[in-house]
Amino acid sequence: MSGRRGAAARGAHPGVPGGAGNRGVGEPEGVAARATDVPLGATPVLELRDVVTEIRGVRGLVRPVDGVSLTVRAGQVVGLVGESGSGKSMTAFSVMRLFPTKAARVTGGEILLRGGDGRVRDLRTLGPDALRAVRGREIGMIFQDPASYLNPVLTVGRQLEQQLQAHGLGQGADARIAELLTDVGLSPEVARRYAHELSGGQCQRVGIASALACRPALVVADEPTTALDVTIQAQVLRLLARLQRDQGVALLLITHDLGVVAEVCDHVYVMYAGRIVEEGPVEDLFARPRHPYTQGLLAGVLDLLEPKPIRVSIEGSVPDLVRPPSGCRFHPRCPHAMPICEREAPPLLPRDEGAALGHSACWLHDPGVVGAGVTVEPGREDGP
Amino acid sequence: MTTPAAPLIAATGLTKHFPLGRRMFGPRRAVHAVNGIDFEVAVGETYALVGESGCGKTTTARMVLGLEGVTAGALRFHGKPVAELDAAERARFRRRVQVVFQDSNASLNPRKTLRQILGTALTVSGALRGASRAEVRERVVRLLTDVGLTPAESFLDRLPHELSGGQRQRVGIARALAPEPEFVIADEPVSALDISVRAQILTLLARIQRERGVAFLLISHDLAVVRNVAERVGVMYLGRIIETGPVGAVFARPVHPYTAALVDATPLPDPRPEVRARDHVDIRGDVPSPVSLPPGCAFHPRCPIAVERCRSVVPELVPLPDDPGVSVACHRAEERLAGLALPTVSAAHRPRPQEDPA
Ligand SMILES: Nc1ncnc2c1ncn2[C@@H]1O[C@H](COP(=O)(O)OP(=O)(O)OP(=O)(O)O)[C@@H](O)[C@H]1O
Ligand SMILES: Nc1ncnc2c1ncn2[C@@H]1O[C@H](COP(=O)(O)OP(=O)(O)OP(=O)(O)O)[C@@H](O)[C@H]1O
Ligand code: SF4
Ligand SMILES: [Mg+2]
Ligand SMILES: [Mg+2]
Repeated sequence: MSGRRGAAARGAHPGVPGGAGNRGVGEPEGVAARATDVPLGATPVLELRDVVTEIRGVRGLVRPVDGVSLTVRAGQVVGLVGESGSGKSMTAFSVMRLFPTKAARVTGGEILLRGGDGRVRDLRTLGPDALRAVRGREIGMIFQDPASYLNPVLTVGRQLEQQLQAHGLGQGADARIAELLTDVGLSPEVARRYAHELSGGQCQRVGIASALACRPALVVADEPTTALDVTIQAQVLRLLARLQRDQGVALLLITHDLGVVAEVCDHVYVMYAGRIVEEGPVEDLFARPRHPYTQGLLAGVLDLLEPKPIRVSIEGSVPDLVRPPSGCRFHPRCPHAMPICEREAPPLLPRDEGAALGHSACWLHDPGVVGAGVTVEPGREDGP
Repeated sequence: MTTPAAPLIAATGLTKHFPLGRRMFGPRRAVHAVNGIDFEVAVGETYALVGESGCGKTTTARMVLGLEGVTAGALRFHGKPVAELDAAERARFRRRVQVVFQDSNASLNPRKTLRQILGTALTVSGALRGASRAEVRERVVRLLTDVGLTPAESFLDRLPHELSGGQRQRVGIARALAPEPEFVIADEPVSALDISVRAQILTLLARIQRERGVAFLLISHDLAVVRNVAERVGVMYLGRIIETGPVGAVFARPVHPYTAALVDATPLPDPRPEVRARDHVDIRGDVPSPVSLPPGCAFHPRCPIAVERCRSVVPELVPLPDDPGVSVACHRAEERLAGLALPTVSAAHRPRPQEDPA
């Protein structure tokens, strides 16, 4: 039997009506879009090609983003997942060259953004002023700690107004601000308040309103719900999904939480030690992870409704990027590592014929290395 | 019939209010951090306290550890009130009850090597009083090995900052184990850890429990961790336990609307559309301030099925009639059991992204 879980199992809880028993009782006819249905042909809004970012620090040179390629298409929610220090935030910062440290620099690759006029530009070629015009206007940003980017001495309304004015959208700002606050589920009265008068969830809603203020085609959200309690996280995720549906913005969602990815993403990129190790449509990637790292990660995810004995799926911990492992960066922790893994970095190979299901970077996928016909058992297929 | 052995730890009416500065002419104000909670942890059991930020989990742990005085209520250790322990019993209590914190980094002395940190934990507790240097070293090596820091010799002389987060958490666990405790309070022991390291630490804790019969009070905000690790759980809201019982029963059939909301809000690691499209319990708003607790049921301002009584009478935590082992503090618990549903909102269905017209 396959390890995939039947919808029936999810809906089977006797459940007090309206309790958890409601979940998963699938009504497939109501499901308009299957996650895997996102057409590959949809227009890319953002495309990273072999982006390299370096930080020259006291401990030496680190390359937290080391040849990352990634595409976000119109209307898609794309997840970027990985453990702490894998380079997720640095990837996001690279897009806008908005680094937390002066020592960081994008040193390679292309960052292609399709503007509202349909023109595609490489953000790397833009000067500081042109880039500032892009930030907040064509790309909205949401951060983990909402309070950190709200100015404590300005009211919420004044900040949104300044942002609109900075991008030449000052006309009728009051009405737009009221509309934005209503859109994110806040009362327009919040415009008169200061950040410290808001709860964490309200601050993050203001953050989302600010990201959407100039009607960008793309929003980059770095751990937008990590600092929030779970009931507030659920509200914010539902809000993002609704806005995404109503306004059609594309969303690059950075998170370490695979549950969040499963809930909202269409497509997911898995990052390890500065590189993308696997990418694909979220449903297939969860059901049939190809890369040993993805398999281990998914095996370590705990499910509230389907408990299982906890087992160690990946030994050791993430490497220090000052001295990254040679070859495949996962090889010191990989249960399948072969001699070639230590010597050479594996290329991203299609996960299926035609690559409709994305790519995975592991030597096990190379028939030249392991011989045709050898497949790795996905980590999750360990059911009865 | 024999009387069952007294639980390892029993809290009754445990309460903690932190006084706030008094406003001129105003009433005396306080943070109502913990408001009369009862729970028991049996020998060798794992009991979890779960709830959102600020609901009083850590304050409860600190009261059990004696790090925080209690405003009201009592704590019993093997049936005897902790307040009445004599000096020798109190010393034994301190040795037998240990703690692991979320951030071992903050709780480990940055200038002491692991050998010194664990050596002190072993000798101060009296477990190794008067032992020779070699004996202490041997015990430290055994502790390091027990928590998976191997080869132990290579860790003896390291400082905490020379370790990864997961390794530091192992040192925190080793230190807690040094005095051979029978009860360990683990306050968010894996919240700061990556998925891969989390599994390593959780299996370590499970092994310790199996091999040493240690009981745990596991404090976590993560329902999935609690469901997979603990045997029983108490769900806290604004300083009260609002539902408690075996984890399977509580999470599979949450009766209290807040438990239902928590279960519902926990992301499921299953991206299939039929799972994603499930309806959600419609709970709005934020947790109110613990400075002015809502009267009656503290959850009533957010509760979609609150009735008049909820606004004035505090519901007691009472056992469910049909289900021995689960207790719920909700005026409408019996109606919930009889089929009273919570209103739901449907998940946002997203249409297919547009094809490029070109
Ligand atoms: N301010 C900094 N100075 C120097 N190096 C840094 C700095 N911030 C990050 N790095 C390096 O960049 C790497 C990637 O960091 P990044 O913040 O992108 O990780 P992340 O995947 O976002 O992790 P997290 O989940 O913890 O947010 C780190 O491992 C670290 O080596
Ligand atoms: N020393 C203190 N003085 C005043 N208020 C306090 C003190 N310690 C805790 N509190 C308050 O008591 C309440 C309960 O805090 P506690 O730390 O027990 O919550 P928690 O459930 O552990 O939350 P978290 O999940 O964020 O750790 C909070 O409102 C907190 O602000
Ligand atoms: S390339 Fe080798 S080391 Fe890397 S994940 Fe695949 S098998 Fe493991
Ligand atoms: Mg980050
Ligand atoms: Mg706490």
